[in-house]
Parts: sequence; structure tokens; C-alpha cells
Amino acid sequence: MSTIARQGRGFRAGYAFLYLAFLYIPVLFLPLFSFNSGIYVAFPIQGWTLKWYGTLLVNDRLHEALGNSLEVAVAAALISTTLAIFAAKAFTRYRYRGQRLSLGVVMLPMVMPDIIVGVSLLILLNQVGIGLGLHSVIIGHTMICLPFAVAVLMSRMEGFDRNLEEASLDLGEGPVATFFRVTLPLILPGVVASLLLTFTISFDEFIIAFFLSATDTTLPVFIWSQLRFPQRLPTVLALGACILVFSACLVVFSEWFRRRGQVSAGPGVWS
Amino acid sequence: MSDPARFIDIQKVTKRFGSVTAVDAVDLQIARGEFFSLLGASGCGKTTLLRMLAGFESPTEGEILIDGQPMAAVAAHRRPTNMVFQSYAIFPHLNVGQNIAYGLRKERLPKLELKKRVDEALEMIKLSGYASRRADQLSGGQRQRVALARALIRRPKVLLLDEPLGALDKKLREEMQLELRQLQESLGITFVFVTHDQEEALTMSDRIAVMSAGNVLQVDDPHSLYERPSCAQVAAFIGSMNFLKGKVRGRENGHAVVEAEGLGTIRAEAVAGEFGEGAPILLAIRPEKLAITDSAERAPLDNYVGAIEGKIAAASYLGDRSHYYVTLPGVQRPLAVAAQNVDRETEGWLQSGAPVWLSWQPKGPILLPAE
Ligand SMILES: Nc1ncnc2c1ncn2[C@@H]1O[C@H](COP(=O)(O)OP(=O)(O)OP(=O)(O)O)[C@@H](O)[C@H]1O
Ligand SMILES: [Mg+2]
Repeated sequence: MSTIARQGRGFRAGYAFLYLAFLYIPVLFLPLFSFNSGIYVAFPIQGWTLKWYGTLLVNDRLHEALGNSLEVAVAAALISTTLAIFAAKAFTRYRYRGQRLSLGVVMLPMVMPDIIVGVSLLILLNQVGIGLGLHSVIIGHTMICLPFAVAVLMSRMEGFDRNLEEASLDLGEGPVATFFRVTLPLILPGVVASLLLTFTISFDEFIIAFFLSATDTTLPVFIWSQLRFPQRLPTVLALGACILVFSACLVVFSEWFRRRGQVSAGPGVWS
Repeated sequence: MSDPARFIDIQKVTKRFGSVTAVDAVDLQIARGEFFSLLGASGCGKTTLLRMLAGFESPTEGEILIDGQPMAAVAAHRRPTNMVFQSYAIFPHLNVGQNIAYGLRKERLPKLELKKRVDEALEMIKLSGYASRRADQLSGGQRQRVALARALIRRPKVLLLDEPLGALDKKLREEMQLELRQLQESLGITFVFVTHDQEEALTMSDRIAVMSAGNVLQVDDPHSLYERPSCAQVAAFIGSMNFLKGKVRGRENGHAVVEAEGLGTIRAEAVAGEFGEGAPILLAIRPEKLAITDSAERAPLDNYVGAIEGKIAAASYLGDRSHYYVTLPGVQRPLAVAAQNVDRETEGWLQSGAPVWLSWQPKGPILLPAE
């Protein structure tokens, strides 16, 4: 092997290492300091402890925020995924005027700054008298989750032979029965992946929840409110570490499920 | 009760996709219990026509009636038709038994009766005991059979088949051709069968519609289609055909007399209508209707006419028969000749460059309109 090639390889490995370090070292500080017995987030680590995790268990306001977050995330995941099923079907199964435009409109929130969504919803919901609270957060989160759900479900629906749905119609089942007997079972892995993904997005979301939650704080808003008190920081770190692990598991599981679905449906679907 | 000869009545049906006309004012009548094939090259509109019968597409213009009923307002899931898809469309999340029973849900059969119907269907397709197999554990031929059973179990009035044998290898395809034909005869269901394989269409069908670019060129039984094609396009699509340019010179004993390039003045049958004197025509003769001999003395054979001298441009020996391309003076393209190798010693060994003599039976050549 030539020297140039060897140098090139060393350079690429170094670059990859820096890249990963830049991505993940900051994230790893969170769990690291959550085991630090001192309250200041600074080296050297004073001693190892699990007490901050203990304080998590007895904090009522935290539990309330957690409950709120779960409620919002479950609702936003269910609503956005359900809406996305219909949208994805329209985008993949039909051809109509203005299709590209409507797809663009649905996908737009993906690139729209959350702060814009938050502020506009704040003004709008107050104007129309819906007011603030968890229900408003659900509305906001459904909006930002929808494009992700549509993207996941569209890839799933494009993946299977549309003759399967026609075969069902041909065999005497109407459009509704066809949806439940053929379409839904075939996109189920995509539906689960979409539910998990949108749940994670909503669960972690801060800005919109901050604008719209009023007194019903969600977990990220609660964490933010705790940052003002230095002595509570380690508890927040412990909480953050828990959320980190939980979110990572969810995303990995969602991706695993999506792929497993593609493999198991393999020959029948692709041939 | 409708007219059995017009069991499926396709009236001036046109289908346009934007600027593409996939099916162009097609008029077709298919009889009850008939095995009817739609034959044509890729993209000629076969699938589109079939999908309009099934109700997946609606005609841009024209009307379709099945058993006397107009189909325009009848949705796909309410039509008396069932379809075998080119891709088979076996439900991957269901096993074989569930696939076959799929269309019986609305009949609300008791469990035992349902099982009996499925078992019967499995027996019909020779897959007894496969009910609990997963769809992806089936071979191509088995999937094709499952698709067939799934459609037939609903006892449709019309079975639509879109190139159902296209994905199978040659041997299996020939087996299935025979089985399908027997099945159709025993069930008495009307089959509309799409294929681009002319041999398949000829062996299986009662009648065939030859399509090209959205139009139906000719509808006939296999024999007439082969021996009395209505135009050069059909003649060239079904089997192979030699075409020679010519002019009509007159009539004699019910035959046209024509002057054709390379062959001189000969008699031919006008199968596609009459032509006036002097009209430019195509003289068409199939390769197997030309006889080839290697010496002038032996030609013409008994009952044959002609004996035109030519030269072999190319020869291929296929065992039972040989194919030759023979150049004739004054003819641009060499003529294709197919000869049965009946005699072990004297036939089948003609080489390129050898002088040969071509002759034909008086009924061999036909007249077709010049393009
Ligand atoms: N949904 C559609 N949208 C636009 N054009 C279409 C559509 N379906 C068919 N066509 C066009 O109509 C024409 C006929 O197509 P069709 O599928 O009926 O041909 P076919 O005879 O079945 O061909 P093949 O033997 O390749 O299956 C083609 O030019 C095709 O591109
Ligand atoms: Mg086709």
C-alpha cells in the first residue's frame, strides 16, 4: 500500500473520531455529572453518588410534569400518526391537481422554526378563545410531528405493490374493509415506527410547550425552570440522563421495528 | 338474460391518460363461456382494457356491459369479475388458506363450510395441505395457482388474467397453459386472457383480439388469424411472414392475379377484401408454405407452382426442421423458408451459397393491403 493511501486512511480515521467526539462528548457530560456528589458541574469530580437519582423519586412537581409530558406525547403521537396515514395514502395512491403543493404544505413544519410555530399558535389560540394548556401543546406538537409521521408512512406505503389493495377490492371488499384488512397490516411497522418517533419528538420538545403550556408544565419546561436554582442542577442532570437513555432506546427501537417490518414483508411485498 | 354472444360488450371504449391514448375506441364482444385473449406488443393497452373491465379504471368515453348490465356505475368490488394480477398480488401478511378465503368474508359461511371450500380450491390447484404455508414460501408457479384459486373461489362470471404465465419458465408455462384451458372448459367461466406471447394465445384461445397502439386490429379464431390475417401488421405479429411488393393485374377463377417482385405474375388469395386492377398490394407468404429443393429437376414438386431459382443467404439447422434465408434476384430482403427435415439423408444440409429452387402451393400466397 502506498504511503499516500496510508496517510489518507489515518486522516480519515482522525476526522471520524473528532466528528464523533464533537457529537457525543457534550451529551456524555450529562450522565457523568449526574453521579457527581458535589453540586457544581466542574472537574474534578468530587465523589460518586446515586443520591440525585433518589431525589427524582420524591419530587411531586417533577412527577406532575412527567405525567403532563406523557399525556401530550401520547396524544400528539396518536393524532399525528392517524392524520399521517390518510395524508400518506393520498400522496402515494392518488394523482390529483395540486398534489405537490399540498405535500409541500404538509412537510413545511419540518423546516419551520419552532419558535414561529409557538408564537403564532400562542396568538391564534388566545384570539379564538381556545386558551393555553396541555390541549394547546398537543395541537402544536401534532403540527410539528405530522411531517415526520408522513415521511415515515409514505416510505412504507410506496414500498408495497398497489395491486394488493386492488386485489382486495377485486375480491369484493370495499375501500374501508380493504384499508383494515390489507393496507393497515402492511403498513403496521411504519405506523409503530411513526408512533415512537412522534412520541419522542413531542416528549423532548421545549419551545412550543414553553409558549403554550401555561401552568401545566411539561418535563422540558420543568427542567428549564429548575436551572435557575444551582442546588437543583444535579437533580436535573439525573433527570436528563434518564430522558436521554429513554429517548435513545425509543428511537433505536423504532428504527429496528421499521427495518424488521421491511425484511419480514420482503419477498411478498417487493416481488 | 342477455345475448350470450355479447356477454361482455365493450362499446367504443376510449381511455386517455393525459395526452396518452392507451385504448382507442375499442369495440369488442365476448361470448359467454369463451376463452378470449387480448394479444399485442408491450404498451398497446391490454392491461388498461382489462383494468376497465375490472373497474380499476373508468373509460374516458364509451361503455362496458357485462351480462347486459352497464358497468359505469358499478365499483370494482361489486363487479361480477375477478382478476389474476400479473404480479399475482398474493397478500404477504396472510397464509395460503387465508389468501384463498379472502373473498368469502361477506358470504358469512360457517367455519366448516369455509374450510371445505378452501380445501376444494386447494385441491383444484393441486396444493392440498398448503393452507398454512406463508405466501413467501411459495414458488412462482404456486403463487400463480393461489392467485387463480383466490379469484375462482368467488365463482365470478368473468375471470380476467393479466399475463398470468409471464413470470414462469417455459416448461411450467406450457403445463399451466394446458391446465388453465382445461379448468376453463370444466368451469365454463368466461376468461379474458392478456398475453404478448402469440403462441400462448394461439394454443389457448377460442378467439383472439390483436391489439396495437390502443386499437384492435383483428378479432378472430386462431386459425383464421394465422391463415387469413387482415393486415400486414397482424400477419407479421402472428408467426412470421414474407412480404413482397406487388400490383394487382386481374382476376382468374376467384383468385387475384398479381405481379410480385421476384416471383413474376402469380395467383394469390385476397383474404382481406378485394383490390382493383393496378392497386399496389403486399403479397404475403409464410415460411412453411414455401418448399425448397436443391435441384431444378425436382422442382416444382407435385401440386406446387413456381420453382424460382435463388441462393441460400443463411441456414440454421434445428433438428426437426431447418430455417433458411433465400435471396431471389430482384427482391431486396431474403425470404424466410422453414423446411421439415423428413428425409434423413437428403434434407437439412443445405449450406449458405447453395443454389436452390423455391415453389409453393397455389393457395399459399395471400394478398394484403399495402401499408
Ligand atoms: N396510470 C397511467 N398513467 C399514465 N399512462 C398510463 C397509465 N397506465 C397505462 N398508461 C399508458 O397507456 C399505455 C398502455 O399501457 P398498458 O399498461 O395498458 O399496456 P400493456 O399492453 O398492458 O403493456 P405490457 O404488455 O407492457 O403490460 C402505455 O403507453 C402506458 O404508458
Ligand atoms: Mg400489461
